[in-house]
Amino acid sequence: MRFIDVASKFQSSVTVTNISRSSESVDGKSAMHMMLLEATMGSVLRVHARGVDAREAVDALASLVEQSFGLNPTPPTD
Amino acid sequence: MEILRGISVAHGIAIGEAVILDAEEFRIPYRTVAPDHVEREMELLDHAFRSSLQELADQTQWLGEHLGQDAANVFDWHIGVLKDTNLRSSIEDLIRQKNAAAAYATSTVMRNYQRRFMQMTDPLLVERIRDVQDIERRLLRHVLGETREDLAHLSKPVVLVAHDLTPTQTAQLADTMVVGVALDSGAATSHTAILLRSWGRPGVIGLNDVSTRVSGGDLLIIDGVNQLVIANPNDQTLEEYKTKKAEYERLAVELEVIKKLDSVTADGVRIYLWSNIEFPREAAIGMASGADGVGLYRTEFLFLRPEGAPSEDEQYEAYRSAIEGTRGGTVTIRTFDLGADKYTQQKQYEQERNPMLGLRSIRYSLQNLDMFKVQLRAILRASVHGDVRLMFPLIVSLMEYRQAKMTLHDAMEDLEEDGIEFRRDVSVGMMLETPAAAIQVQDYCREVGFISIGTNDLIQYLLAVDRGNERVGRFFSASHPAVLRVVRDVIRACTKADVQVSLCGEMAGQPVYTLCLMGMGLRHFSMAPANVPEIKKLIRLATIPYAQRVVRRALSFETDWQVTNYLRKETKKLLPDDPI
Repeated sequence: MRFIDVASKFQSSVTVTNISRSSESVDGKSAMHMMLLEATMGSVLRVHARGVDAREAVDALASLVEQSFGLNPTPPTD
Repeated sequence: MEILRGISVAHGIAIGEAVILDAEEFRIPYRTVAPDHVEREMELLDHAFRSSLQELADQTQWLGEHLGQDAANVFDWHIGVLKDTNLRSSIEDLIRQKNAAAAYATSTVMRNYQRRFMQMTDPLLVERIRDVQDIERRLLRHVLGETREDLAHLSKPVVLVAHDLTPTQTAQLADTMVVGVALDSGAATSHTAILLRSWGRPGVIGLNDVSTRVSGGDLLIIDGVNQLVIANPNDQTLEEYKTKKAEYERLAVELEVIKKLDSVTADGVRIYLWSNIEFPREAAIGMASGADGVGLYRTEFLFLRPEGAPSEDEQYEAYRSAIEGTRGGTVTIRTFDLGADKYTQQKQYEQERNPMLGLRSIRYSLQNLDMFKVQLRAILRASVHGDVRLMFPLIVSLMEYRQAKMTLHDAMEDLEEDGIEFRRDVSVGMMLETPAAAIQVQDYCREVGFISIGTNDLIQYLLAVDRGNERVGRFFSASHPAVLRVVRDVIRACTKADVQVSLCGEMAGQPVYTLCLMGMGLRHFSMAPANVPEIKKLIRLATIPYAQRVVRRALSFETDWQVTNYLRKETKKLLPDDPI
């Protein structure tokens, strides 16, 4: 659950969408919600942050996904 | 409103609030609290979250020290979920906005999540449902503390919802206010189902996921006629079912009258109706339902208790009590049918790869001769109190039958030496429930006192269907032409050899097969006490020549569904107002 741990370090709200499944967006700081994303290997996720440290949050999460799963994250937004 | 389809274990309709019984037997009633108690429920919830997290912290620390970090990490997600503010606030919202009790709010929210996991396509993610259940149980344990209620203390009629019930739990339902049962698992002929049927209240099993789809306090309708469970029905449906339920109760009143009448066909042929029992006290229940005696006493249920194997005296008392409850009628005692699905807790053999083809029933008894002799002594001693018959289950070869009889003679000699009274002329017979025995029926007829056809096992072995496996359970059918022909041949051979033949499988208690079996020449039926009045009603309306015509036609079909449709149609002609 490192994703939530990293997301929780930031003040900004973090929402995540599973584009592969066109899911609703969920709270990136919630263990239950992140599991409900059904983000399996190969899924494309969109990470959305809003707040004072939004840019840093998205960068940190993007690089976490990149390192952990060896996949290319989608370009950060916001 | 949600409609779920399963397998019906007993007819009738039950309406009541759901009580969910999970593996840890928590009962989560729908409960609201007074507005000024909302804060207390919030504190209770807060306590549950804090205690659960503390427990998990201790657990992961212990695991990390003893089994390594990988083991400890297993619970990371549990901790993450319990720290999840989303989860916490949805439970809190339910408490604040609806004045729900903390336990009910927790259960409802967690069950919603379980439902969402169930809909996922990735099997690994679906497995997470067990973690969600685990978290729910942990929280509930702290919310409910020591106040958890058990089924014996229900204050109003409820519908019991569970993943599964053990035979022991099922046996205890009789003394509760449970009016109906809905289970995830099970097939129509499992032992839980057999017990539910003798309990007699409506039940639908094999529903797959009813225990996660329904929350405690939901209004449930159990429709045993159409094999449905309806959760939170709309007003119109609820009204319809209330009417149906009333019709059912009228039918029950009619059957009250019928059960006291003689079991004779419209053309004057006497048909004997016996009851199948698991516990001695059911003998009297069978007689009160209008039975002529006991056609099958499943003695292995003496093992369903924590104290272990029953002693000779305990067995003697049980058998004597069943004989006395029958008040002069015949009592057919079957020796232990242990092994396979009826496992004894004490004799933990190494798990068999295929227990249905393994060390079970008479094979088990013949390999445990000391235990077997104790049972035979107890039955022989009890035999002086009434018309007792003794039968051996699952006979596959004549050698087995002869060996069992030799053991019986040994037991008789021992009793004689000890100067203990018994009946030497006790009638001895066999269960015919394997294809091998059916093929050799004429050979057995020369040696046995009577034959009782056990269709549950016979069908299982003829059709190669595990009756307890919900994935293939629907292929288990007494209407299969091969089954009907085997049953006909056995009845015919016994009648020709003048050996009394009875039938004690589920088939005997299902009205749809009554005409067919009567037409084949069967005069002794043995069934769950609850089925006796309905079968008697049907018998009193039928004639033998009519039943014979029905059999000829039924045997002309090639598939089981043709047979079932035809038999249902013929039965409906005699019982137009009854649900068949």
